Amino acid sequence: MLDDFMVRASLAGIGVALAAAPLGCFVVWRRMAYFGDATAHAAVLGVALALTFEMSIFVGTLAVALVMALTVTLLSRRGFAMDTLLGVLAHSALAFGLVAVSFLSGIRLDLMAYLFGDILAVSRGDLVVIWTGAAAVVTLLSWRWSALLTATLNEELAYASRIDPKREQLILTLALAITVAVAIKVVGVLLIAAMLIIPAASARSLARTPESMAVIAAVIGGLSAVAGLRSAFVFDTPAGPTIVCFAALCFVVFSVLGWIRRSMA
Amino acid sequence: MTLITVQDLSVSYGANTVLRRVGLTVQRNEIVTIVGPNGSGKTSLLKAIIGAVRPSSGTVTRAAGLRIGYVPQRLHIDPTLPMTVGRFMRLTNRVSREACHEALASAGVTNLLVRQMSQLSGGQFQRVLLARALLQRPDILLLDEATQGLDQSGSAAFYRQIEAVREATGCAVLMISHELHVVMSASDRVICLNGHVCCEGTPAVVASAPEYRALFGTGTGGALALYRHEHDHDHHSDTDHAHSHEAAE
Repeated sequence: MLDDFMVRASLAGIGVALAAAPLGCFVVWRRMAYFGDATAHAAVLGVALALTFEMSIFVGTLAVALVMALTVTLLSRRGFAMDTLLGVLAHSALAFGLVAVSFLSGIRLDLMAYLFGDILAVSRGDLVVIWTGAAAVVTLLSWRWSALLTATLNEELAYASRIDPKREQLILTLALAITVAVAIKVVGVLLIAAMLIIPAASARSLARTPESMAVIAAVIGGLSAVAGLRSAFVFDTPAGPTIVCFAALCFVVFSVLGWIRRSMA
Repeated sequence: MTLITVQDLSVSYGANTVLRRVGLTVQRNEIVTIVGPNGSGKTSLLKAIIGAVRPSSGTVTRAAGLRIGYVPQRLHIDPTLPMTVGRFMRLTNRVSREACHEALASAGVTNLLVRQMSQLSGGQFQRVLLARALLQRPDILLLDEATQGLDQSGSAAFYRQIEAVREATGCAVLMISHELHVVMSASDRVICLNGHVCCEGTPAVVASAPEYRALFGTGTGGALALYRHEHDHDHHSDTDHAHSHEAAE
């Protein structure tokens, strides 16, 4: 079954969707959308470093994404204006990454594969990495779920219940870095933030509790991955962007349905 | 039994010192009210007690295993976060549906479990916050301006509820108010804060004075009492808080 590249690609897409859904909910609730973008863009630098030092791409991107996410978290606590700071860091990281990659003349490098993903080329080894990473993210988030939710809702409420919001923030940062590292193969650095935010945002109008929002986001993300892959195959379009297009369509449809339901009530 | 001991607590944000050598204790089953004008450091004191603010000097000691029920001044729930009342009640504790109903009833609201938090009125919202704090079976309730946004009879009813909860559960209550002149008659002690502890004492003594009793709000069932102190002592400080007391009165 795994011999079929479409099956491998679908499994990869579903794996990323499962990790991105609950994490994406927190990104939306805590208004960290741009934070996700900055972390993802930094991953290009990780690719360049990994190729230079002949490490695995996963380790390189994970390390750089983690450094980036921690830097942003520390700077934001010192009171820098977040949107400017993230704008500077996200695009600088991307630019430095692209320049660094251009120095790697000895290696034939398909830059497009890292910017937009290369889901149809997912190997069995990639699948193991993606599903291990996804399982780690889902485990981490379900273990800390109630603490993360309390810290997201109100920091003082968290402190009063003996939860340290700063530690919970670090856990989200770690989960984000892992997700970026596993998603790079599937949708590429430019569209990772889309896989985090769009399914979660689409699920909002259907959900009544935080948990149902995460589950619905996972379903929307998974279906978008499968439908996007099929369409990409049939219409010969780039796979990663097609997946994101399907998620965006879900967002439009559910938002309109939610709007109609609210105005009827 | 002493639940909370604050000794020589100072809190600074950068160069701005908001609390200077504050000391207080809260005993089991006691209702203590902290009053003070805006910017007097009331919220910082509460934050230091729950551990959200690090003291620049001094100590905060909580009794071992102390369960705190905290009712924040206001709680903003991002519109992107769906949250029913029932889910909010179970935020940090696994509790049964019956326990939720019971806590909501003792906070004075019913039939809200499936409602979204965003659909509640101001008064309902505060009561749900109180109910969630009660569900923790707290040793002490911390209330930060819990009646903000309620009208006078609403806050009087809210304070009576607090009293009833204390009677029923025996928990201590530490609450703060920026309303210098409106203090619950059930308070065992009132602490007046303005960067430091100006003075403290029982409100009953003050409230029994006829000129103050005449100023009780009507229709509040005596839950609102007046507390006032004279500035006959020297504060050894260069702040203008003596002036702001009078302005608030």
